Amino acid sequence: MRELVIVSGKGGTGKTSLTAAFSSLAENNVLCDADVDAADLHLLMQPDIKQRSEFMGGSIAEIVADACIQCGVCRDLCRFDAIDEMFVVDGIACEGCGVCVDMCPGKAIMFPVQKCGEWFISDTRFGPMVHARLGIAEENSGKLVSLIRKEVRKLAEEKGFDLILTDGPPGIGCPVIASISGATALAIVVEPTVSGLHDMVRVADLARYFRIPGMIIVNKYDLNIEMTRSIEQKAQERNMTLVGRVPFDPLFTQAMVQGQNIFDYAEQGASLDAVKDIWDKIIRSPSMNKLGVVDFKATIK
Amino acid sequence: MIISVASGKGGTGKTTVSTNMALALGEKLTFLDCDVEEPNGHLFLKPKIEQVERVSIAVPLVDEAKCTFCKKCSDICRFNAIVVVGSSVLVFKDLCHSCGGCMVVCPENAISETGRELGTIEYGHRDAIRFVQGRLRIGEAMSPPMIKKVREATIPGELTIIDAPPGTSCPVIAAMKGTDFVLMVTEPTPFGLHDLKLAVEAVKLLGIPAGLVINRCDIGDRKVYEYAEKQNIPILLEIPFDRKMAEAYSWGQCIVEVMPEWKDKFKGIYRDIELHLEGLKETV
Repeated sequence: MRELVIVSGKGGTGKTSLTAAFSSLAENNVLCDADVDAADLHLLMQPDIKQRSEFMGGSIAEIVADACIQCGVCRDLCRFDAIDEMFVVDGIACEGCGVCVDMCPGKAIMFPVQKCGEWFISDTRFGPMVHARLGIAEENSGKLVSLIRKEVRKLAEEKGFDLILTDGPPGIGCPVIASISGATALAIVVEPTVSGLHDMVRVADLARYFRIPGMIIVNKYDLNIEMTRSIEQKAQERNMTLVGRVPFDPLFTQAMVQGQNIFDYAEQGASLDAVKDIWDKIIRSPSMNKLGVVDFKATIK
Repeated sequence: MIISVASGKGGTGKTTVSTNMALALGEKLTFLDCDVEEPNGHLFLKPKIEQVERVSIAVPLVDEAKCTFCKKCSDICRFNAIVVVGSSVLVFKDLCHSCGGCMVVCPENAISETGRELGTIEYGHRDAIRFVQGRLRIGEAMSPPMIKKVREATIPGELTIIDAPPGTSCPVIAAMKGTDFVLMVTEPTPFGLHDLKLAVEAVKLLGIPAGLVINRCDIGDRKVYEYAEKQNIPILLEIPFDRKMAEAYSWGQCIVEVMPEWKDKFKGIYRDIELHLEGLKETV
């Protein structure tokens, strides 16, 4: 089993559009949208949901007004300022640590488990897809990412698929850590801007911890050729493989407006050729070997 | 007044809007970069950094000489960050949420606190703009405590502009909560709209007035406009896609620097926010 995770550091560089395009080219694969916070892959995939499950996250404190003697122990102990003068818990501020629950002398605090989101197993025109929706303002996005990555792997193994394509979240925090740990390789999508370079370096710094091979795609490379070269040079210094450049092309947005990937939308064009070539390099690279053995020669330095 | 600039979807132009607004105003204000995972504001404002501070959160430190291995600490910990195995106590610092529960329940007072480094906060200036940014340590999973620390740099009563992280979960909430106005930045595409809707839900949950900037307003379709009208969210600025702007951005230049005619438009956002908030006050 091999899993390619598409990340970027910076948001909006084209992770989802490229993941969707790759899904047209990949064979015998399943899809996973690990950007549970602002999941968009389904907008290009029109998944037909086959199985819907609740994601139960942590618990949140709830003070039973009738049982509360307003002694103030909970307010003194809470480090998250989640309990107001009226002894009502602010569900958004509550961290779910349960300290107030355990320490309340009147046992007046309940601790119900929260439904923090939903996750789905769907069929798409490019094979099965596992995706999720984290509730608004929820925590535990890392847990949900870990859960759907486990589920997609299980599904792939059961049904005999040997490749997982995972659309990752932006940033370097908990959902990203949960998305990349144990991945076979990363495809890092970078735009040729100072922010793109800065954020690529941060995500590479993180991936180095996990000893994962990294492949670099410069998207919209022709917006700034000099910056593209700087990015590629920096990437090579970090032992990342350059797999290609995609030109700036309004086709990506036009396809998105139709709910399609670029191969659904158009038959030919420079960006289609570029993406095909990139996919070819990715899938033939030693890092993506069929056994899914981590290619330690190619890990990010 | 505190204005947070947020978006849902990443890469829609939060940093562009927040840095240009700060520069256009050019007055005494504080710019807080709360996108602590990937802080980019400094690349555009190019502040002179005067002070760097390491910040950490408290995690338990167990004195095993006093410990009786009663396991009360591991029982209270909901995050599996402290575990008693035979006659030793293991602390998994990275899992700790710093609630202090283990210290409270320990009957032997064997637990004190030490720090886990969250990252650094950098303080500086760009002309009259006071600049503060958080930089999350590589490998640190939790950004909200770091964002809260950055927000402690707010000077009460002064204008503060917050560059928030993308998304709709706890990091964004930490950046928006308690601010006076949320300026949402989106692009008129299906991804932009989908994630804007989630961001609007989050803003509603917090009960904060909001306005919209539509970036690259001439790409995609009209559905973001229709949605904004239906939701009664004022559109405070539209920025067309312009190769000159995109190239300037790619080099770390601000729009107001290369195209000074935009200065009044970015200033206008702030004026409109003030008017909008005054209008809300009157209706109350």
